[in-house]
Amino acid sequence: MLRIEALEKRYKTGDHALKGVSFAIEPGQVVGLIGPSGAGKSSLIRCINRLVEPTGGKILLGEIDIASMNRGELRQVRRRIGMIFQEYALVERLTVMENVLSGRLGYVPFWRSFTRRFPQADVDKAFALLDRVGLSDHVDKRADALSGGQRQRVGIARALEQDPELLLIDEPTASLDPKTSRQIMRLICEICAERNLPAIINIHDVNLAQMFVDRIIGLRAGEVVFDGKPDALTNDVLTRIYGDEDWNAMRKTADEDAADAANVAAFEAAREQRMAEVPA
Amino acid sequence: MPVTQTETGKIWQRRTTREQWLGWLGWIVLVALFMYCWDVMNRGTMWSFVSDAPRQAADLLNRSWPPRWSYMERLWIPLWDTINIATLGTLLGIIVAVPVAFLAARNTTPSAVIVRPIALFVIVASRSINSLIWALLLVTILGPGLLAGILAIALRSIGFIGKLLYEAIEEIDETQVEAVRATGAGSMQVMDYAIVPQVLPAFAGISVFRWDINIRESTILGLVGAGGIGAQLQSSLNTLAWSQITVIFALILVTVVVSEWVSAKVRHAII
Amino acid sequence: MSATAPVAGRKWKRPPLFFQSKALRYFIYGAALVYLVLALGTLNINWVRVAEGTERAGRFISGFIQPDFTTRGRDIWNGLIESLTMTFTATVVGVLISVPIGIGAARNIAPPFVYMVCRSIIAISRAFQEIVIAILFVAMFGFGPFAGFLTLSFATIGFLSKLLAEDIEDIDESQSEAIRATGASWFQLINYAIQPQVMPRLIGLSVYRLDINFRESAVIGIVGAGGIGATLNTSMSRYDYDTAGAILLIIILLVMAAEYSSSHIRKWVQ
Repeated sequence: MLRIEALEKRYKTGDHALKGVSFAIEPGQVVGLIGPSGAGKSSLIRCINRLVEPTGGKILLGEIDIASMNRGELRQVRRRIGMIFQEYALVERLTVMENVLSGRLGYVPFWRSFTRRFPQADVDKAFALLDRVGLSDHVDKRADALSGGQRQRVGIARALEQDPELLLIDEPTASLDPKTSRQIMRLICEICAERNLPAIINIHDVNLAQMFVDRIIGLRAGEVVFDGKPDALTNDVLTRIYGDEDWNAMRKTADEDAADAANVAAFEAAREQRMAEVPA
Repeated sequence: MPVTQTETGKIWQRRTTREQWLGWLGWIVLVALFMYCWDVMNRGTMWSFVSDAPRQAADLLNRSWPPRWSYMERLWIPLWDTINIATLGTLLGIIVAVPVAFLAARNTTPSAVIVRPIALFVIVASRSINSLIWALLLVTILGPGLLAGILAIALRSIGFIGKLLYEAIEEIDETQVEAVRATGAGSMQVMDYAIVPQVLPAFAGISVFRWDINIRESTILGLVGAGGIGAQLQSSLNTLAWSQITVIFALILVTVVVSEWVSAKVRHAII
Repeated sequence: MSATAPVAGRKWKRPPLFFQSKALRYFIYGAALVYLVLALGTLNINWVRVAEGTERAGRFISGFIQPDFTTRGRDIWNGLIESLTMTFTATVVGVLISVPIGIGAARNIAPPFVYMVCRSIIAISRAFQEIVIAILFVAMFGFGPFAGFLTLSFATIGFLSKLLAEDIEDIDESQSEAIRATGASWFQLINYAIQPQVMPRLIGLSVYRLDINFRESAVIGIVGAGGIGATLNTSMSRYDYDTAGAILLIIILLVMAAEYSSSHIRKWVQ
């Protein structure tokens, strides 16, 4: 499905972010990418759709090499890859519907997107997706009127509107509270299962990753240091990825956090409820 | 070193001796420069005229009061012209300024080496020259009339709107742009979906603000022959009809206050 | 909109950006259209004259590309010196006067009576443009840079006092409260609590105003208040576009230099 071979990224500043990363992903496989800050997780995920230009290696999606494409071809391939961002990256002053429809930009000519006259099939799909992520009441709200969890759902709908063959997901839960984080992760994994869609999820929360993904790749200083099942992620492995730390204590605190978070989440849910009740 | 140790104890000063001396030197240079400039500037000044000023002022007041209100009826058409100069000039300025701003902004320019410096030069040149000077120039080229006024206002507005707009474009949130680009959007689509929505409120605010300034500036363009109420001011000045000038000043004041109020209201509604 | 399951074929239209009501929207578009037609209808452009102008426009552009600094070099130099000295002296005097007025116009430290007086001075100074003030001062004090100096000083007062007063009103109250709590007098309060907070901004604004005053000094010469504007006016009325081009280039370069250095000074002060 997706095969990455000896991927290199060296920034102009001299940072050697990726040092020959190689791995392959099967259809329907959800991969969690973990590692400390600055390990190159973000660079890796952005190299795959060339938001960051790789400096060496191959990225094979099916039979074609993304790394060697020109701009026009790149546009064609980007629309086959959906991306979900850390701070949602919705266009805040556009409505929810416009944000979701922006997933079709790679398919429609400029005049159609400019006049907002998308093919009816695209609009149908957008309505169906908004229903799937539970936002059918918010179609014509502006994106900045939504809560964090709701915004990330719009982000998911936008990525799926592309009919992607692959999802790239950059820290989907970094700005969400623990309960919403779990909901969002569960939603992503369910959707990937429904559509047999492979995904690469950049995630800093190890516990959350173990809970949801099929496979984990550990990155340290631009190199793959672990690649395997989530339950193979022992304390030794974590030390290899992150360096020394009391992992048992951390896992325990994480559980306590989750308990605390339940209270926070209850409050948040009540707030979302209230916001939903405000007429559009 | 502000604290010095002496036999009697520590002495605290706010600044070191060196800093103190430099400070004094700075002040002396400033005063000397002022005296010198004053001297150079007033070489041609007739001090007898200056001492005569209070009498002149009294005379002026005497002649401008009471205002000749009947003159008002000949000001309505020039006032309409003035408003047109400002509004059409602003529109024309916007039409040119928007592409220039996109060419000048670091994140949207097609070429940072060639196009961007040219766009920046257009903005600076337009900003450095007051609309009255543009009008002076255009009147000698195109002849007196509203067209010169409209073009003068437009030329000055390009720089103002262009500068503020390109700064707004440079300040947008890049992650939103990245997200739209990741869907496979073309560069025009990225512009339409990610950049324009972010700068639209700033753009509207800037345009209305400039319109307000342009109303103010277009009231005087007639002094150099570019039409509007300033032309009436010029002819009244030529005939020393100060009682008419009072009426004109009053009308300018009211127009300016009203346009300021309108622009404040509109900007408030946008934000 | 209800939360029912979506049906295929459901239409979507972008909600309007401004004016939600349809009638209001069409009314506004209609009014704008009518205005445009009326405004363009009363333009009355003499196209013959405009066509004649293209030749002059060509001459002006060539004058801009090949400016003539030398033929009227002496006039340009004198005008420039007048403009620069006028700018500098007017800014210094303007700043000196606007500091007390600015303090007096700050609601949080000035007594109500003083506040009213200072605010009126600011309002008068801001109501009219430099050029209108220049007309009055030229009538009173005669032609030449002295009238220009007075004009620019007067305009500086309105600009600077207002911004200074707003700055003082925006300062951190807890700092002045702390100084007041030590039993400081009014002047000590100004010196210890207000001055340190607003001084960098004041210097920055003064430099910025110096920049504006130079630009304005190029304009007020048109009504007889001296400076480079007078030289420019003369060269234009002689259709001497080579000299005019040279003067405009000098103004652009000086404004660019002033803007560049003033942004540096402001950064350095803060």
